[in-house]
Amino acid sequence: MIRMAAQRIALGCMLLVAASVLIFAGTQILPGDVAQSILGRSATPESLASLREELGLNKPAVQRYLDWLLAFLSGDLGTALSNGKDIGESVAGRLGNTLFLAGWAAAFSVPLAIFLGLLSVRYQDRTPDRMISGLSLASISLPEFFIGYLLIYFLAVKLQWFPSVATLNADMPLGEKLRTIALPVMVLTMVVLAHMMRMTRAAILNVMQSAYIETAELKGLTPFNVIRKHAFPNAIAPIVNVVMINLAYLVVGVVVVEVIFVYPGMGQYMVDHVSKRDVPVVQACGTIFAAVYIGLNLVADLVSIISNPRLRHPK
Amino acid sequence: MSRKIDDYVRRTAAGLMSRREFFGRTSALGLSTAMAGSLLATSVKAMGPNKGGVIKAGIQGGESTNSLDPALSASSVPSHNLTAFGDLLVEVSPEGEIVNRLAESVESSAGARTWHFRIRKGVEFHNGKTLTPDDVLKTMERHSADDSQSGALGVMRGIESMKTDGDIFSVTLSTPNADLVYLMADYHLVIQPGGGFDDPASGIGCGPYVLEFNEPGVRHGFTKFANYWDDGRGHADQVEVVVLNDNTARAAALQSGQVHYINRVDPKVAELLGRAPNINIESISGRGHYVFIMHNDTAPFDNNDLRLALKYAIDREEMVDKILRGYGSVGNDTPINAAYPLYSDDLGQRAYDPEKARFHYEKSGHDGSPIVLKVSEAAFPGAVDASQLFQQSAKRAGIPLQVERVPNDGYWSEVWNKEPFCASYWSGRPVQDQMFSTAYKSDADWNDTRFFRDDFDALLAQAKAELDLVKRKELYRQMSVMLRDEGGVIVPMFNDFIDAVSTSLGGWVGDPGGGSMFDGALVKTWLL
Repeated sequence: MIRMAAQRIALGCMLLVAASVLIFAGTQILPGDVAQSILGRSATPESLASLREELGLNKPAVQRYLDWLLAFLSGDLGTALSNGKDIGESVAGRLGNTLFLAGWAAAFSVPLAIFLGLLSVRYQDRTPDRMISGLSLASISLPEFFIGYLLIYFLAVKLQWFPSVATLNADMPLGEKLRTIALPVMVLTMVVLAHMMRMTRAAILNVMQSAYIETAELKGLTPFNVIRKHAFPNAIAPIVNVVMINLAYLVVGVVVVEVIFVYPGMGQYMVDHVSKRDVPVVQACGTIFAAVYIGLNLVADLVSIISNPRLRHPK
Repeated sequence: MSRKIDDYVRRTAAGLMSRREFFGRTSALGLSTAMAGSLLATSVKAMGPNKGGVIKAGIQGGESTNSLDPALSASSVPSHNLTAFGDLLVEVSPEGEIVNRLAESVESSAGARTWHFRIRKGVEFHNGKTLTPDDVLKTMERHSADDSQSGALGVMRGIESMKTDGDIFSVTLSTPNADLVYLMADYHLVIQPGGGFDDPASGIGCGPYVLEFNEPGVRHGFTKFANYWDDGRGHADQVEVVVLNDNTARAAALQSGQVHYINRVDPKVAELLGRAPNINIESISGRGHYVFIMHNDTAPFDNNDLRLALKYAIDREEMVDKILRGYGSVGNDTPINAAYPLYSDDLGQRAYDPEKARFHYEKSGHDGSPIVLKVSEAAFPGAVDASQLFQQSAKRAGIPLQVERVPNDGYWSEVWNKEPFCASYWSGRPVQDQMFSTAYKSDADWNDTRFFRDDFDALLAQAKAELDLVKRKELYRQMSVMLRDEGGVIVPMFNDFIDAVSTSLGGWVGDPGGGSMFDGALVKTWLL
C-alpha cells in the first residue's frame, strides 16, 4: 500500500519534469520573443537588441531551461522578464486568489452535486429526478461566459445585489470578499454541478442493481438510508474521481470566468505572460498547474484504493 | 421662466438631473440645444471643480506584465498611471496648443535649432526631492540613449546635445525643427528623479498622485500628493485604474456604478449604452486611423497602378458606416486629417470608384492571381470584417482580393512590417512632421509601407526648418498629395475615441490626442 503510494508519487514527479520540458519547448516554438512583445509596435532593431542582451535571451535554449530548473528546484522562481516583478510573490498572491475562488466553488458545488445525485436516485425517473437532470444539463450546456453575462445583467446591473467586477484584494474583510466572488462562484457551481451529479447518480444506480441492496431493502431500511449507508460507500471511487477532475478544473481551467469577472487569478496571469512570451512566468504557472492536476489525480487514485478492499489487499 | 432655467442648470451642474432631461426640459421652455448647452457649460465652469472623493476608471489595455517604467508604456493602463504619478515638460492641449507644465517657458534660438526650457521652481517629487533641471536632463538622456528601450527613442533621434544652465534646460538639434516642443510633449517623457536611472519602475514622479498600490493587470491605486504644485489638477482624494479588458465586463462595471468611466466602447454598443440615464457617451475624432499597408518595394505592390487600383476599390463610406457605426470619418490615403495643425482641406476626397479601379488594375498588367491581404482582429477592432468588405468592393471592380486571417497572437512581430499587404492602425501624432517622420521618411524605423522617396524626405526636411506657417502648410500639402497618389498606405477611416462616462463626473473635455482625455481624465475631472 505504502509502496504503491510512493510509486505513484515518484511517477508524478517525473511527469512534472516532463510537463515542464513540454511547456518550455512550447514557449520556444511560439513566434516572437519577450523582447519583441514588450516593445510591441515601438520596437526598433537597436532597442530589441539591447533588451535581448539585458534579459539574457541570447543564451542557448537548453542552458536557459537548465538554469531555470536548477533555480526552481532550489525554490527560486526568478523574476518576470516583462515587468521585473518577483514571480514567487506574484504567483503566491494569484494562486491564493485562485484557490480561494476554487475552494468556495467546491464547498458549494460538491455537497450540492452529491446531494442532488442521491436525490435523483431516490426519485429515479420521476419528476424531481427529471428536473434536477434537466436543469443541471441545461446549465452545463450553456457556455460559461454566457451564464456569466446573464448573471451580471440580472444580479449586478439590474438588481445591483453583487458587484460585476470581482477585483479581490487582501484588505477586504471575509464577508466583503464573499460578496465580491458571489457571481463567479455561482457560475462555476453551475458549470461543474452536472458532471458530478450525473456521475453520482450513475454510480449509485449501478450499485443499486446488486443483491445486497435488495437485502437491505428487504430488512426494512428507508430508501434514502439504503442509498446513504449501502450504495454510496460502494460507489465512492468513481465519484471521487469525477470530483477530483472537477476540482482540478476549478483551479486550472477558469480563465474565461476570470476574464469576465476580472478576477485576479492564475489563469489570466498566465495568459498575459504567454502572449508576452515571458518564459519564466509561464514555466512557473504551467508547472504549478501540472502539479495541481497530478496531485489531485493522485489523491483520487489513493482514495479509490483505500475505499476498495480488493485494491487495498492485492493478492 | 428664466428662474426655472436657472434651477435646471444648477441641478444639472450638480448632477441631480441628467443632461438628457435637462435638454428635454429646456427645449420645452423654448431654448435651443446649443443655447442650453452653452448655459450649462458656463454654469459648470462657474461652480468650479469639486474636491475630494474617489474616482475609478475601468480601462482596457492592461496586462499583468505591465511595468511602471514610463519608457515601456505602450497601452492605456500604463499611460493612465503615468498621468497620475508623473508630469511632462510640456503638453499639447485639446486645441493643439502647447501648455507649459514643468517647463515654465519655452524659447527657441538659432532658427529653431536650439531650444531652451526654463524649469519650474518649487516642484517636489513624491520622495521629497526637489525638481532640478538636472533631473530633466537625466530623464531625456535615459530616453535618448542609443540602447534605450523607450517608446520615445524615435522622437529623440534628432537631438545633437543637451545641457543645463541655471534654471534652463537646453536642447540643440542636428537640424532645425520648428516642432521640437511638440516632440517633448511625448507621453513617455515623464520627468523622474535622477532621470529614473537607478529605479525606472519606481512609480515616483512629481505628478498629482502618489502610487499606493500597484497590481499589474488588476488595478493601480493612487492618493493625492499633498505638495502638488498645480491646483488645477488632481481634484479627487484618490484615483484608481481598474483593468477591465473584456468589453462586456467594462460596460457592466460602468452600469452598476463600480467605475466612473470606461474607455474603448465598442461602436456597436455605444448607442445602447448611451441610452442609460446615468451614462453619457463621449466620442471625439482624433488623429488615429485604420490602415491597409502595401510595401512599395515588393511585387505586385511596387506598381503604382496596382496601388491606385486598390485605393479606388475600397468603399470608405461603407466602412465608416459598418465598421465604425458612424463613430469616425473617411480617410483620404494620407495619415493627415483635420485634427492636425496646418491641415489643408482642399485635397479632394478619394471615393470608391470601381471603374477607375478596373482601369488602373488593367493598366498595371497584374497576372490575375489573387492578391493576399493578411489580417487579424489585433490590427484594429473590426479588421476582419473590414477586410471582407474590401474584398467585396474590390470584386465589383474585378480585382481578386484574398483575405487571409492570421492569429492575433504574434501579429505585430510576425505579420506587420513583414508581410507586403496587411491591416494595421496608427494612433497619430500631435503634428504632421512627427507623423511623416515616424512612418513615411525613407529611414524611419516604422516605415511600414517601404516608402523610399528622396523628394519626400527633402520636402520633410524643408518643412521642418520652415518657420513661415503658410509656406509650411503648402509643403505639408504637397507631401499629403504625394502619399495619397503614390504612397503605399490605404487609409479608409479615422476612428473616433469613444468613452462612456457616468453623469456623476464633471470636467470632461475630449482630447483628439487619445481617448479618456488622452488618458488624463483621472487627474482632470472631478466628482459632481
